[in-house]
Amino acid sequence: MRPFSYQRATDPDMAVQALSADAAVDNPLTRATVQPLAGGTTLIDLMKLDVMRPAAIVDINPLAEGWSAIDPGRENLRLGALAKMSDVAAQGEVQRNYPVIANSLKLAASAQLRNMATLGGNVMQRTRCPYFRDVSYENCNKRNPGSGCAAMDGVNRMHAVLGVSDQCIATYPGDFAQALIALDATVEITGRSGTRSMPFAQLHKAPGSTPETETALRSGELISAFVVPGRWPRSVYLKARDRQSYEFALSSAAVALDVQHGAIKDARVALGGVATVPWRSREAEALLKGQTFDDGLAERAAEAAFADAKGRQYNNFKIALGKRVVARALHRAVTMEI
Amino acid sequence: MNAAAPEPKANMGQPVPRYDAVAKVAGRATYGSDMPLDNPAYAFLVTSAIARGRINGFDLDDAKRVRGVIDIITHENAPDLKESKLFSNGGYAGTTIQPLKSADIAHDGEIVAVVIAESYEAAREAANRVKVSYTAATPSASFDSPGTTKAAAKGQNAQFKEDPQVGDFAKAFDEAEVKVDAAYETPTQHHNPMELFSTSCVWMGDDLVIYEPSQYVYGLKNGVAEQLGIDADKVRVVNPYVGGGFGSRGSMTPRTAIIAGIAKRLNRPIKLVPTRDQGFTIATYRAETRHAIKLGANRDGKLVALRHEGVEVSSRADPYCVGGTKTTTRLYACPNVDSLVSIVRADRNTPGFMRSPPEVPYMFALESAMDELAVKLDMDPIELRRVNDTTNEPIGGKPYTSRSLMGCFDEAAKAFGWSQRSAAPKSMSDGDWLIGYGCAATCYPTQMAPSAARVRLQRDGRTRVEIAGHEIGTGAYTVIAQTAAERLGVPLEQVAVFIGDSDLPPGPVAGGSNSTASTCSAVMMVCDQIRQRMFKAMMPRQSLTDKAKETVGIGRTPTMQAAKSDRTLDLERAFDALGVGVIEEYGEWKPEGAPPDSFKAMHSGHARLVGGAAMKDKIAYAFGAEFVEVRVNRFTHEIRAPRLVGAFAAGRIMNPRTARSQLMGGLIWGMSSALLEATEIDQRTARYVNDNLADYLVPVSADVPGVEVILLSEQDDHINPAGAKGLGELANVGTNAAICNAIYHATGQRIRKLPVRLENIEV
Ligand SMILES: Cc1cc2nc3c(=O)[nH]c(=O)nc-3n(C[C@H](O)[C@H](O)[C@H](O)COP(=O)(O)OP(=O)(O)OC[C@H]3O[C@@H](n4cnc5c(N)ncnc54)[C@H](O)[C@@H]3O)c2cc1C
Ligand code: SF4
Repeated sequence: MRPFSYQRATDPDMAVQALSADAAVDNPLTRATVQPLAGGTTLIDLMKLDVMRPAAIVDINPLAEGWSAIDPGRENLRLGALAKMSDVAAQGEVQRNYPVIANSLKLAASAQLRNMATLGGNVMQRTRCPYFRDVSYENCNKRNPGSGCAAMDGVNRMHAVLGVSDQCIATYPGDFAQALIALDATVEITGRSGTRSMPFAQLHKAPGSTPETETALRSGELISAFVVPGRWPRSVYLKARDRQSYEFALSSAAVALDVQHGAIKDARVALGGVATVPWRSREAEALLKGQTFDDGLAERAAEAAFADAKGRQYNNFKIALGKRVVARALHRAVTMEI
Repeated sequence: MNAAAPEPKANMGQPVPRYDAVAKVAGRATYGSDMPLDNPAYAFLVTSAIARGRINGFDLDDAKRVRGVIDIITHENAPDLKESKLFSNGGYAGTTIQPLKSADIAHDGEIVAVVIAESYEAAREAANRVKVSYTAATPSASFDSPGTTKAAAKGQNAQFKEDPQVGDFAKAFDEAEVKVDAAYETPTQHHNPMELFSTSCVWMGDDLVIYEPSQYVYGLKNGVAEQLGIDADKVRVVNPYVGGGFGSRGSMTPRTAIIAGIAKRLNRPIKLVPTRDQGFTIATYRAETRHAIKLGANRDGKLVALRHEGVEVSSRADPYCVGGTKTTTRLYACPNVDSLVSIVRADRNTPGFMRSPPEVPYMFALESAMDELAVKLDMDPIELRRVNDTTNEPIGGKPYTSRSLMGCFDEAAKAFGWSQRSAAPKSMSDGDWLIGYGCAATCYPTQMAPSAARVRLQRDGRTRVEIAGHEIGTGAYTVIAQTAAERLGVPLEQVAVFIGDSDLPPGPVAGGSNSTASTCSAVMMVCDQIRQRMFKAMMPRQSLTDKAKETVGIGRTPTMQAAKSDRTLDLERAFDALGVGVIEEYGEWKPEGAPPDSFKAMHSGHARLVGGAAMKDKIAYAFGAEFVEVRVNRFTHEIRAPRLVGAFAAGRIMNPRTARSQLMGGLIWGMSSALLEATEIDQRTARYVNDNLADYLVPVSADVPGVEVILLSEQDDHINPAGAKGLGELANVGTNAAICNAIYHATGQRIRKLPVRLENIEV
């Protein structure tokens, strides 16, 4: 850890100003010398590990009053970026109308972390790749562009099989983002020139040849809210992991269905623990739409979701596992009582 | 009474609450790095990023510019320290790899620099800014790496004395009606005690005080003195509480003498708190092992041939091994036995003791193979153990001092509901989950070591017990206090216990589960010295009648039974007769069969453990049986163990509450060692990758919803005066096999390599 200055945001404008200190950088998460602090459960860890070395942090928690509302409207659900994971998971209407959101949050991390962590910080959390998190490894393209990738032929059991490149195979570790991407959420971003919205699906960037660029946020921008259109009472989040709690997904599936008279009218499928970014499987959705559910259909959809998957030495199992998780999640969604 | 404080059965003490419970819950228990120091400097380690090679040089400019940095120590300016021999070879050290001696690197995470600064933060920042340039060589990571060497353990490790053999294994196996021939593997594991591997060194003139979590304060004191080249009397180690040890703190690590040497040079106290990941490489660990087991049996299940070959990894420098064949070749009646233990040397830090060092890996192999044999015989696995139960071990024919193995199986089976099991694999399920039941035997050698104690009794009954034992979380304070209270007939609240300080009378290493038996036997003996003095004072002239001796417990084996049945002393009368206000006695106790140099070794910090299979005309073990329910998800293949039931017999149970706590923790750890814990090694670089508590998995509460401990009543008058068998390392043995046996029952799939992860399941 290195010395840094600490500032409390007084209002969004001030926060945005402070965060705009190095306006030139195109990739604030990795490059900016000023970083926002929410719950701190990712940022402080990475600072202690010397992976992130901001010269200044801007504590945005004082913005909670305006930015932490949980607002289930008739048309959509609006979630403030500073809402705590635990509060959202426990909210009655979220549980009833968006079980996939409530469960993606409830099954994440531990109770203590969920009490600290915010939704905005959660979607911005960084990979758990152990080579990324240990600066004694020189070769990590994400941390040290152009240096190579230690995980490619190293201990890569937790790594991704979808959205990978020859530069980086780091898994996007979060759970909540899978629910957001499945439900076509938009993300509301506050910056110097006011507020803009973008599809949540465009927030994260697959590694490609620039694994150091993780999101589309520009310098000085903060996530202020998420908006989820519609209601999805028939939705599930299934998470397979090494232990019963307090562990990242080896494979997870966020599934939401609109089933009418036995036919699948709309289907949403997103995958966690297996991809470099929050991952929506349009291929699986296309197969499901308009069909009547049976286990064979679920298996074909799962196959389609992993058609392009590329495994490596220790994570190859995730392809077969991921398919079973998707198929099972679909089965659960179809059979759940609503 | 409640679940946490089981009702004592015959030959059990009272389940009194922990002596240190309130201090711990209230945060008043002071651990090593809590000790307030006067104007300390802070140390932060820099450890190597390569496992083999040389340091070309350092760039320290950036680091030295950090405000508050006092000095940066590397091999170029390190204090000159003497070598220390390996613990297993009669020394004090857990490794003979001495960092900061030269530019050579022998393993991942070796200490290459120590930054000293005015604050922890400055030291850490500067350490982050130290740049080391290396010339790396290709290291050998583990078993299958090129460049390793392999040789028999016998002859290189003084603690490994024999490869047990009897009869004609080859012939018997050849002719056996039913055979099992299988290979098993266990992973690298790290202790990860909660308290980090800190040390604080304070000099007062030529005297050194070390505050450090240690499981052997006399060993550490003598070891550090040896390395510094000073008189051991000049060194004192203090640690009233140790935040977990599990074997990692039984032998000396290099950090202590280094920090002591720097503190001396700087003439200032230094506090070092290394990070969690540094703990993976600056201390010891459980090395990975491989096993080949051959079992031959008659159709009725009787074993006729058993061979156990074990291979273990150690460092290039040191021949450490656990060699569990001494246990596995003796557990069951079998006339033809063969065994061999070998060590493979790789570019790793030296492994060391970790909770039940030999039994965890070796019993996994044997108890898995026994289950495979039961399947081949179409026999209930409990009955297979019954058929091969024995009163005498097969190698030398020595009798077990007591053995309640089958009693444990029967009690645990009943509590678990084993009779509900349908024997065929894959025959039980509940919704998405396949259910499997499995069981295995557990055992742990009963060991004792020489121990001294000082006891002071006041006229008002207040008692002070002093002994350089260790509170590693097991309940040492509590059982020592109970022992003194019972023996002297004073109320428990009147007894104050002082341990964890090398200025106190020498106690044994807190290893091999010998502490309770050894320290309590010593305390009993010294309490008896007090009783004798008092009795003699009251009856000055007469020689004692047998009846009188009986009354005060003189001349009898001072078991706790005797102590209990004794009439309490009339303290007022005794003190009147003596004419003093305080009686203090010091004594040195040694177990039967202890070597002649025992007491000398005790003072010089050399552990002299006796017992287990190494006794002359008998063999002493504690036993247990463990049953688990495993659930395997048909879809995700996730494996969970919702029920763990163990029954254990360990001689006198000094305190059923603290005993249960140890055994419960053991069962949980045993499950963990089957399903979760493994240190991942990057095979290219020989580096530990998941060296933190987020990636090195240990169970959370949700993983262990049901753990049940059953204590059997057992009396053993052939082991030690306290009548106690160590049980701290009893319960985490065998659990790993029970889990795999249950997975076989759930899925029909036999898994012989730990840990079992969902990708290993094929249903
Ligand atoms: C041991 C452990 C286990 C975990 N297990 C899981 C798990 O199973 N599933 C899971 O999903 N997560 C898991 N997590 C991650 C945890 O959920 C995240 O750390 C947490 O959600 C981050 O939220 P925070 O508010 O603390 O973010 P912070 O640490 O404050 O911020 C994280 C990052 O986002 C940036 N940031 C924060 N707020 C904003 C904003 N409004 N706009 C723009 N940028 C912002 C910060 O600058 C920082 O870079 C685990 C974490 C730990 C430590
Ligand atoms: S996978 Fe990505 S984050 Fe991990 S080492 Fe490779 S480049 Fe770095």
